[in-house]
Amino acid sequence: MLKSKTKILQLFVTLTACAFLFVPMILSLLAGVTSNYFKGVSSGLTLKWVFKVWELYADSIFLSMGLAFACLIVTLIIGLPAAYGLARHPGWLSRLLEEFISLPLAIPGLAIALALLQLYGSLKGFRISWTFILVGHVLYTLPFMVRSILAVLASMDLKTLEEGAASLGASSWQRFRDIVVPNAMPGILAGALTVVTLSIGEFNITWMLHTPYLKTLPVGLADSYASMRLEIASAYTLVFFILIVPLLMAMQWASARAQRITL
Amino acid sequence: MTNRSFVLLCLTPLLIFSIVFLALPLMRLFLASGESEIGWSIYLEILRKPRYLNTLVLTVLVSLATTFAALAVSTIAGMFLSRNQFKGRGILLSIMTLPLAFPGVVIGFLIILLGGRQGLINQITPGHVVFAYSVIGLFLGYLYFSIPRVLLTVMAAAEKLDTSLEEAARTMGASPFRVVVDVILPGLMPSLIAAGAIAFATAMGAFGTAFTLATNIDVIPMVIYTEFTLSANIAMAAALSIVLGIVTWALLLIARSLSGTTVAVGGG
Amino acid sequence: MTLRLTNTSKTFPDGTKALLPTELTVKTGEIVSLLGPSGCGKTTLLRIIAGLETSNAGSEIWFDDDNVTTLPVERRKVGMVFQSYALFPNMSVRANIGYGLKIQKLSKLEIDSRITEVLEMCQLQDFSARAVSQLSGGQRQRVALARAIAPRPRLLLLDEPLSALDAAMRKDLRDELAVLLREFEITAIFVTHDQNEAMAIADRVAVMSDGHIVQIGTPEELYRNPNSAFVAGFVGNAMHLDGKSTGNELILEGGSLKLPSKGAGHNVYVRAEDVHIDDNGSLCGQVETITFLGTHYRVGSRVSCPIC
Repeated sequence: MLKSKTKILQLFVTLTACAFLFVPMILSLLAGVTSNYFKGVSSGLTLKWVFKVWELYADSIFLSMGLAFACLIVTLIIGLPAAYGLARHPGWLSRLLEEFISLPLAIPGLAIALALLQLYGSLKGFRISWTFILVGHVLYTLPFMVRSILAVLASMDLKTLEEGAASLGASSWQRFRDIVVPNAMPGILAGALTVVTLSIGEFNITWMLHTPYLKTLPVGLADSYASMRLEIASAYTLVFFILIVPLLMAMQWASARAQRITL
Repeated sequence: MTNRSFVLLCLTPLLIFSIVFLALPLMRLFLASGESEIGWSIYLEILRKPRYLNTLVLTVLVSLATTFAALAVSTIAGMFLSRNQFKGRGILLSIMTLPLAFPGVVIGFLIILLGGRQGLINQITPGHVVFAYSVIGLFLGYLYFSIPRVLLTVMAAAEKLDTSLEEAARTMGASPFRVVVDVILPGLMPSLIAAGAIAFATAMGAFGTAFTLATNIDVIPMVIYTEFTLSANIAMAAALSIVLGIVTWALLLIARSLSGTTVAVGGG
Repeated sequence: MTLRLTNTSKTFPDGTKALLPTELTVKTGEIVSLLGPSGCGKTTLLRIIAGLETSNAGSEIWFDDDNVTTLPVERRKVGMVFQSYALFPNMSVRANIGYGLKIQKLSKLEIDSRITEVLEMCQLQDFSARAVSQLSGGQRQRVALARAIAPRPRLLLLDEPLSALDAAMRKDLRDELAVLLREFEITAIFVTHDQNEAMAIADRVAVMSDGHIVQIGTPEELYRNPNSAFVAGFVGNAMHLDGKSTGNELILEGGSLKLPSKGAGHNVYVRAEDVHIDDNGSLCGQVETITFLGTHYRVGSRVSCPIC
C-alpha cells in the first residue's frame, strides 16, 4: 500500500489529524475516571467523579433528554407535513420557504437567541418556561427534519403514486397516511436521529435562553468547565459522550441509508 | 377537500411557526439595532470604533487561518481515505467525523485538556507551555470542528470524481503530481470552495468554543455576548448579530450554490 | 357502463391547447383505444376521464346517468393502470391489490376472497406475498391490472400499459391483456402510441392528432376506409403515391393509375397487399430493396420510367 513517498506523507497527515481529534477525547475519558488527574493515572481509577456528576447534574441530563424528545415530536408534527407540502408543491415559493426556515443553520445561534429574547423576553411566563428553550431547539433542528424527509420524497414519483391511490378511492388524508408516510420512513428516521442528536448537543442558542433553574446538559457542561475541578468536568463530558456518540453513529447510519434510497 | 388545499394545509404549521418564531424575532432584532441614541449609524460605528474594528479583523484572520488549515489537512486526508482501502480505514473515518455533533463548549474543553495548565502538552514538555487560552488555542478549537465538516465534503466530491480523467492524464504521460494539479484539484475545486465557505462561516459565528477559550480574546460572538449581558448595549449586540448573520448566511449561500449540499451539523 | 363526453377540452395554464373540444361515447363492455403520436392529447383525454385533470368549462363527462364532470378521481370509481404502474413500494403484492378494497371499508373476509379471485385471474397466486421490488416487469404490469380491477370499477383506464416492457415481452403481454380485458367484461379505455397494440386489443380505435380525434372506428374500418392522410399513414403504413390527376386518372412518373371516382385529388394511398404484379401492369419502376420477413418479402421500389 505504501508505494510512494506521497502515500506515506498522506498517511502521516491523516494520522496526525486523527490524533489531534482523538487524543483530547481519550484525555477527557481518562480524566473522568482518574482519582487525581494532577497526579496522573497512577493515582488510581475510580467512578466516584461520575457518581458526583450524577448527583450534581442528573437534572440537566433528564432535561436535555426531555427537551430532545419534545423537540422530536414538534419537528415531526411541523416538519413531516411541511416536507410533503414542499415536495408536492415545488416552485419558487417553496424554495423560498425552505431557504427561509434554513436560516437558523446559517445565522449563528447567538443571533437567533438574541432575536427571540428581544421579542419574547418580556413575556415572563414564557421566558422562564422550558418551552422557550424548546422553541430555540425546534428552530435549529427543524430544517434538518424537513430536508431529510424532502430528499427521500423528491427521489420517488410521489405524484404518480398518489394518483394511483386516488384512483383506488383514497382521500388526501388516506394518501398521506398510507402512501406518503410509510415511503418517507427512511427520511423520517434519519431526520429524527439528527434532531435528537443536535438537540442534546445544542449550546449556542440554549446558553442565551436558559434560566438558573433550567440547565440543559451542554449548559451544565459549560458550568462545570468554569467552576468544577477538572475530574468532574471530565466525568461529565464522559457522560455526554456516552449519550451522544451512539446517537451520532445511528444518525450517520440512517442518513447513509436514506441517501442510498435517494440515489 | 381538494388535494391543493390539503397540500396548503400541510404547509400551514411550518408557515405559522416560522413567522412567529423566526421572521418576527429577526425583524425585531433588526429594529432593535437602530434603537440606540445614534440610530442607524450604529453600523458605521462598528467600522469606526477600534474596539469593534479590531475584533472584526481578528475574527476574520482566525477564521481565515482555520479555513486554510482545515482545507489543507482535510483534502489530503480525505483523498487518502477515499482512494485507499485498508484495515482500520473505517475507524479512522469514524474518529474524524465524531466531532460533528460535539457542542463548541466541549471542543473548548478538549483544547484545555490539550493545552491548558493541567493539559497534556504542559505535562510532557519541560518548559511550561500553556496555549489553550491564546489565539492559538482558539485556532486549534476552530480547526477541531472544521476538519470533520471539510473532510465529509471533500470525500463526497472525491467519490464523484471521474477516475477515467485521471487515467486519461496518465496515459498521456502525466506524473502523479501533475495529475493532482491538473485533474484532481480542478475537479474538487467547487467542493473545496464550498467547504472553505462553510468552515469560514462556522468559525466566524462559533460561540461555544470561544466561550470556553476566549475569555481574554475579543472575537465577534464574544463581543456580542458581553455587549448584551455585561454592558446591556442591546443595540450594538443586535447590530453585530445582524452583520455577522448576513456574512455567514451569504457565505453558506455561495457554498450551497457551488456544491449543492452543506454539512452544517453542530454550531461550533 | 356507458361513457359519454361532450364538448370536452383542456387548455393548460400556459395556454397550450392539449385537447380541442371532443365528443366521445364508449358503450358498455366496449374496449376503446386512444391511438396517436406523443403530444396528440391522448393521455390528457384519459386523465380527464379519470378525473386526474380538470377539463375546461363547458365540458361534460357522463358515466351512464351520472354527471361526474366535477367529481375528483377518488370518487369516480375508475380503475387505472399507470404507465409506470405506480405500485406502492411500501406494500406487498397482496396489500397493493387489497388497498382499494380497504378504502371501501369492506369486511376482511370479503377483501380476502376478492384478492384471491383477482390473483387467480391474473395468475399471480404465487407472488402474493412478494414485495413489489422483487417482481419482473411483466409481473408488475399484472399486479397493476389486478389492483385496478379488484374494487370492481365502473371503468378501466390504461395509460400505455405495455410501454415499460421490453419488445419481446410486449407482444406476449399484449395478447394476454386482450384476453384478460374481455374476461373482466368491463368498459375500458387504453392509451397507446403503438398501432399494433391498438388493433390487437381494442374493439374500436380512436386515432388522435393535434388535440382532437381524427377518426374513430373498428380496426378494420380504419384500415380499409381511413378518412384522412394522417389515419392512412398512421394505421397500417399505406403507400403514398403523389402525382397529377386528370379526370379519372392519376399520372405518375412510371405510368398512370385508374381512380375509383372522379376528382379524388392527387394524393393516393395504396395498401401494399393490394398491389398486384403481372404483365399487364400500367406502372413501372425499379426495385431498390428486398427484405425477407418470414411469411413474406417486402419489396421497395421507386416508381419511375427508366426505359421508356
